[in-house]
Amino acid sequence: MHIGGKHSGRKQGSRLAAAACAMVVLAGCGGSSIDDQTKENESKAGGGDCGEVNMAINPWVGYEASAYVVGAVAESELGCTMNYKELKEDVSWQGFGTGEVDVVIEDWGHPDLEKKFFAEAGDGSAEDFGPNGNVGIIGWFVPPWLAEEHPDILEYENLNKYAKEFSTSESGGKGQFLGADPSYVQFDEAIVSNLGLDFKVVFSGSEAASITAFQQAEKNKEFLIGYFYEPQWLFADVDLQRVNLPEYTDGCQDDPAKVDCDYPETELKKIVSTSWVDEGGPAVDLVKNFTWTNDDQNLVAKYISEDGMKPADAAKKWVDENQDKVDAWLG
Amino acid sequence: MSVTATRPRLEPGAAPPPVQERRKLPRWAWGLVVVGVWILIWAFTKGQDTLQMPQRAHTDVQQALTEFRDAVLASRDTNPVVQLTYQIGAWFVDLVSWLQRLVSIPDLPRPVPQIGWLGVVALATWAGLAAAGWRIAILVGASFLSFGLFGYWSDSMDLLIITGIAVTIAILIGIPLAVYYGTAGRTGVKAVTTVLDLMQTMPTFVYLSPVVLFFGIGASAAVVCTVIYAVPPIIRIAGYGIRNVSATTIEATDSSGQTRWQRLTKVQLPMARSTIVVGINQTTMAALSMATIAAFVDGPGLGQPVLSALFRNDVGNAFVPGALIVVIAVMLDRTTTAASEASEKAARGQIDLRMRRLVLAVTGVGALVAVWMSRQFLWAAEFPTTSWGPTVADAVDSFFTWITDTFDGLTQAVADAVTNGLLNPLQDLIAESPWWLTALAILALALVFGGLKALLPTVVCLVGLRVLGLWHDAMITLTMVLVATLLVMVLAVVLGVWMARRRMVDLAIRPFLDAGQTIPPFVYLIPVLALFGPSRFTAIIAGVVYAAPIAIKLVADGVRNVSTTTLEAARSTGSTTWQEITKVQLPMAQGSLVLAANQGLLYVLSMVVIGGMVGAGALGYDIVLGASRSEEWGKGAAAGISIVLLGIMLDRIMRASARTDTD
Repeated sequence: MHIGGKHSGRKQGSRLAAAACAMVVLAGCGGSSIDDQTKENESKAGGGDCGEVNMAINPWVGYEASAYVVGAVAESELGCTMNYKELKEDVSWQGFGTGEVDVVIEDWGHPDLEKKFFAEAGDGSAEDFGPNGNVGIIGWFVPPWLAEEHPDILEYENLNKYAKEFSTSESGGKGQFLGADPSYVQFDEAIVSNLGLDFKVVFSGSEAASITAFQQAEKNKEFLIGYFYEPQWLFADVDLQRVNLPEYTDGCQDDPAKVDCDYPETELKKIVSTSWVDEGGPAVDLVKNFTWTNDDQNLVAKYISEDGMKPADAAKKWVDENQDKVDAWLG
Repeated sequence: MSVTATRPRLEPGAAPPPVQERRKLPRWAWGLVVVGVWILIWAFTKGQDTLQMPQRAHTDVQQALTEFRDAVLASRDTNPVVQLTYQIGAWFVDLVSWLQRLVSIPDLPRPVPQIGWLGVVALATWAGLAAAGWRIAILVGASFLSFGLFGYWSDSMDLLIITGIAVTIAILIGIPLAVYYGTAGRTGVKAVTTVLDLMQTMPTFVYLSPVVLFFGIGASAAVVCTVIYAVPPIIRIAGYGIRNVSATTIEATDSSGQTRWQRLTKVQLPMARSTIVVGINQTTMAALSMATIAAFVDGPGLGQPVLSALFRNDVGNAFVPGALIVVIAVMLDRTTTAASEASEKAARGQIDLRMRRLVLAVTGVGALVAVWMSRQFLWAAEFPTTSWGPTVADAVDSFFTWITDTFDGLTQAVADAVTNGLLNPLQDLIAESPWWLTALAILALALVFGGLKALLPTVVCLVGLRVLGLWHDAMITLTMVLVATLLVMVLAVVLGVWMARRRMVDLAIRPFLDAGQTIPPFVYLIPVLALFGPSRFTAIIAGVVYAAPIAIKLVADGVRNVSTTTLEAARSTGSTTWQEITKVQLPMAQGSLVLAANQGLLYVLSMVVIGGMVGAGALGYDIVLGASRSEEWGKGAAAGISIVLLGIMLDRIMRASARTDTD
């Protein structure tokens, strides 16, 4: 029941042709070209048996990179029609059961949603489709100038020494620790108090606010410490430095109130709709086999965020340059 | 506000000052007494019983709300209500998809939509001509061309489709309700007013995920959310128009023995016409302001490019589609207004109908030819790519980079001054007092300024806030809202008076006011963040940008309407400009000032969620949290209801206070 992909349906070629036509004599421009393309499309239809794939686009650039690369391969190699849907995580998972979403390509771990939608405890509308090869690194970061000028700041024991420097109008005399977008699991309030740090967590509330804050801090050489994560396109622009917290050990984050250790590395994974898998189809195997590295994702994310390419164009560029990796996914 | 100047009663939890003595002291003095007592008790009790909670903790009430939502979610395959609404949602999706294939996306196997850009531009221009004449036709044509020239043809069509469907539904639901609202007795009006207040102040982020649950992802959710937010203005404004049809007219026509239906259709609705048009207008504006929010659940339209640019901190590329939303808003606003004027003119027979029909027929044929061409030729079907969009985006980028680089230090200083000088002390008092002390103080102030009328709503709202368990966050939000409203009113008085006194100033400022009201806040968040950092002050700025325009307009209109004879009388006695403004214009425009403060306040409240996204924490953050993590939905809902309660409480106190003033 869903709309043919608006983003995918646009043909770059026809756009160029349109521009060219506009320059040539208007009426002289092949009056039948719409008809021609229609016939061409008609003959193409029925060729592939892939059908439509509903791919959720969660709101960050790295995710977009993975999703569009998978989509580009599905379209060009398997003849699928991709429907990209811009959704937050919570709503994406709700869509598995209704057939509105088939694939979430990068999941950072949502125990609550798994409880609701995985077969073990929930309605079984979603299932884990294995790691996508990316590793999420979460931690406390400072802008590079700070790490360079005060190298000892990268050890948490020394943070109190600088607490005053970190204070802002929001932190009530203590140092300010910039918490992040509430989409991410954060234990910083507990870590701060359990490590006896003289800091107050102030939540930026959105990724955009955190990124802007780090960019400004680097540009103006201001003190800033906050929650951040890799892979993220910002690192290509501002190479944030990670502060060492007591090392993560199994179970040290089990009780949210008692956390006093660093965040673990997170294996990012693919989540898919159970009914979509049951239907089968070539795209299922593609998503199952899809895996790539943080460097791969960062490169496509850079095409999108730094070079201003459209996600579909950026994905196509990477696919063209990495045919060997793509072939592995197609098995 | 010195403490010694008051003669406070010192026992903690002191009862509100006795009301019966009000006549001896002016109200503001009593207000000072209350604040004085409050500060004194605060000095001994601050930091106790503030009900502060860690960010990720929740109360039983909040947990119960989450569990309720989960229960509905778990039952979705069998729940008949969900089945029904889901079916309705599917119809919306089908309708939107059909319209999209008509004008916005390729109707496969066709490589292009059924009607290409040339046909759409021609039809829209012709419709503008038919509805309101040449000037509007040119405005409409230019606006539609700008969608394509800046590279957002398809997204603009989508937004127009969603807005069109939502506004149509809002009118279908809204007009009957407006008739009820305009003719009902006092209880009916009160009940409807409360429901409308709820719909307008409840942050959309709270009901976004439930709406998806009931109606599905995408176009359906976008339409439903938009209708919920956009229907109140038409009910309020059209209802007001119907109620205010002069009683003598109704009596005169009643005496001819008409039925109630005849009275409604022949007298009340026609006479309230221009007000109803204003209502439709405001409903359209409200619908457009949902564009970016709808994009959070894959609602088609210009909101999508704004959001995806935001994820890349790409100010320029958020600005261009954001500005096109403003273009749509201005176009629709001017067109509906002009169309209503034109049809009134036509009804009075001031138009040469034959000539008009001829012009419309000839141009109509032209439009149809354009439609035919747009179905035949690729160049007329797909808008040619231009470099306008990227060029403007780059220019905007460098402009904002220049602004932030140049003014960064200055703005930071301003932010610190306001925060340390006004915001922090006020927040210390309101949020760091024990909750019972703040509650009693608010109650006492409500009694002093609003009288007994304000007492009941204040008690109900305070109890609600306490039960929902986000008291501390609510008080921080209340502080920010008060400071923002104060700034809004300062701007409104200064600019409003200036605009009323100088026509050129009015002409120069008004477009910026329109833009401030309709441009999505996501467009200017990043520059504001760069200037002021993630902080409560940034949230206040965002609130002021959105709320000041309506307040400024209201004050300007109010001051302008002060009768010229009064003004001339004042001038003849040799009063200075300053005296003229402070002794004549502002006091005479008092009604407008109160209305401006009231609207400013409600608009500021609706930006609390945005505040949560720029580091202001408090209720705004709770709502974003609830929208982001399903296990926190109940906390978000509790925060949303808390905002509604804050809004209703402040609104009722202000209204009661304005009434006591005029008594």
